[in-house]
Amino acid sequence: MTLTTKNFSTGYQNKDVIKSINLTLENVEWLGIIGANGSGKSTFLKGISRILKPSSGAAFLNGQNIHLSSTQSIAKEMSVLPQLQTIDLQMSVYELVCLGRSPHKRWWETDLHEKDLLKVDQSLALTDMTNLKDKPVRALSGGQRQRAFLSLALAQDSKTLLLDEPTTFLDVHYQLQFLDLLKELNKDQKLGIITVIHDVNLAARYCDRIAVLKDGSLISLDSPRKVLTPELMKEAFQVETYQIETPIGLQICTIRPC
Amino acid sequence: MSYQKISNLFRERNLLNAAVLFGLIFLVIILSLSRGSVELSTNEIIRAFLRQGDATNQIILWELRLPRLIASLLVGAALGMSGALLQGMLRNGLASPYLLGISAGSGLVIVLMISMGLWLPWIPFAAWLGAILTTFIVYFLARSGGSISVERLILGGVALSSLFGAIQSMLLLQAEDGRVQAALTWLIGSLNSRGWSEIKLAGPPILLALIMALLLSRQLNLLGLGDELSVGLGNSLFRSRCLIGATATLLAASSVSVGGLIGFVGLIVPHAVRFLFGTDYRLVLPFSGLLGALTLSTADLIARSGSIEFPVGIITSLLGAPIFIALLYQRQRLLTNRR
Repeated sequence: MTLTTKNFSTGYQNKDVIKSINLTLENVEWLGIIGANGSGKSTFLKGISRILKPSSGAAFLNGQNIHLSSTQSIAKEMSVLPQLQTIDLQMSVYELVCLGRSPHKRWWETDLHEKDLLKVDQSLALTDMTNLKDKPVRALSGGQRQRAFLSLALAQDSKTLLLDEPTTFLDVHYQLQFLDLLKELNKDQKLGIITVIHDVNLAARYCDRIAVLKDGSLISLDSPRKVLTPELMKEAFQVETYQIETPIGLQICTIRPC
Repeated sequence: MSYQKISNLFRERNLLNAAVLFGLIFLVIILSLSRGSVELSTNEIIRAFLRQGDATNQIILWELRLPRLIASLLVGAALGMSGALLQGMLRNGLASPYLLGISAGSGLVIVLMISMGLWLPWIPFAAWLGAILTTFIVYFLARSGGSISVERLILGGVALSSLFGAIQSMLLLQAEDGRVQAALTWLIGSLNSRGWSEIKLAGPPILLALIMALLLSRQLNLLGLGDELSVGLGNSLFRSRCLIGATATLLAASSVSVGGLIGFVGLIVPHAVRFLFGTDYRLVLPFSGLLGALTLSTADLIARSGSIEFPVGIITSLLGAPIFIALLYQRQRLLTNRR
């Protein structure tokens, strides 16, 4: 699995938010994207998940141009979870996860085969949603809902998963539970992950590498220890910090804005 | 396990609802064929259907009641399914089959031809063409980049409807009374004296579009997840919006060419179906077709049962609006009870 962007620029209405980003995601790793508000991290994710088109440059997934290939063939190799907390769905969890098989169906096919249903059951089991599968999505709690949508993405059977701030609307317990689940999928199912993430300490704890965006440009891309330095944190977030070693690894303590 | 049981219960309820629906349609078919200025018994209907017995009965059945019944079933199914397609695609419960400029386009063409007294036998075909051309314009206005924007689609439809509506009123004001009457019948919607020729013109495209619509049900479920998830799941927004829009337009335009602008059926039927069967479009689409057929055939039966015949469009609106309001309140109550 490789995801590469070459001089990738994108934005809204002819105004570039993302300016010429070069980045490569190789092997099965977890890449976190951090940056201040308005730095363009969500826009970048929308760009590589083909919701926005590039104004120049290109993005490739396993050698296929993401924006020129058919959206269905890309969906077989890459799943996308946008920020979803507002969707009010009457359908059941099971019906939702069944829609995850769409990339493997022709446009006129409305029903699933035996092996599709097997994959749906596996996805539900992996996210521990099996006993909630007949509940309507709208009746789920925040944490359950996020797992239901993750299950949908897993049913796609892709090798790369893009997530936009998956933990923003969850409380601490569900944040850790959800990210632990992602780590498990990353290790056991060999799922490559890219997340936009607000919380630098969660990024430090879970990501293999961190990309830092500032004003639409990539200013650093490296391991958490090398990226989350006081100098870079100051440049990216205008905040004074220092690094502390804790039993769970490196964490960042914020001092004051500057 | 308990969730499993609840879902089974839902399935049983769906089956029951479907059985009731089919029973009612059967009942209306029998009633429509027997009721009228000449009452026919079931026995007489069967004999006339087999082209036996009384010659007048045969003519009444084959040339008057049967084509009109088929027209009402076809048009009702087309309107119901067209409404379901558009409400699903636009994710908007206020969408009706006429939203994308169909009423404006066909209405204008009809009024234009009637007020000038030109090519009157061609009205059904011209109305169909006017509807489809107007939808093309609306789609063209909604194009932005390589995609189609839902907001622009709705606004474009509303703007064109208003523009064409004004021209239509202007023409009507200057037309003679007799012609205004004729034009009004089309604008309100009527199935009076519809025969095999209209069915031959509109039947094939309606049947084709009904089948097409059923194949689009998974795409409608995907669109219901929102644009971003839908794209992530490999659904091309442009393709599915064009396919769904084209199918819905073909259904609505064909139904207009038979019965004129029959209101309310396409708007409320999908709501009633979602209320009865849930939001999965694999169920919503076929049942919108069935319930639409039932609604319009019943309305037409009522329309021609009185001492003077009303245009069926008046009946659908007259009965549809209160039922719609009752349904809304019922749902509100159910939702608040559940909380």
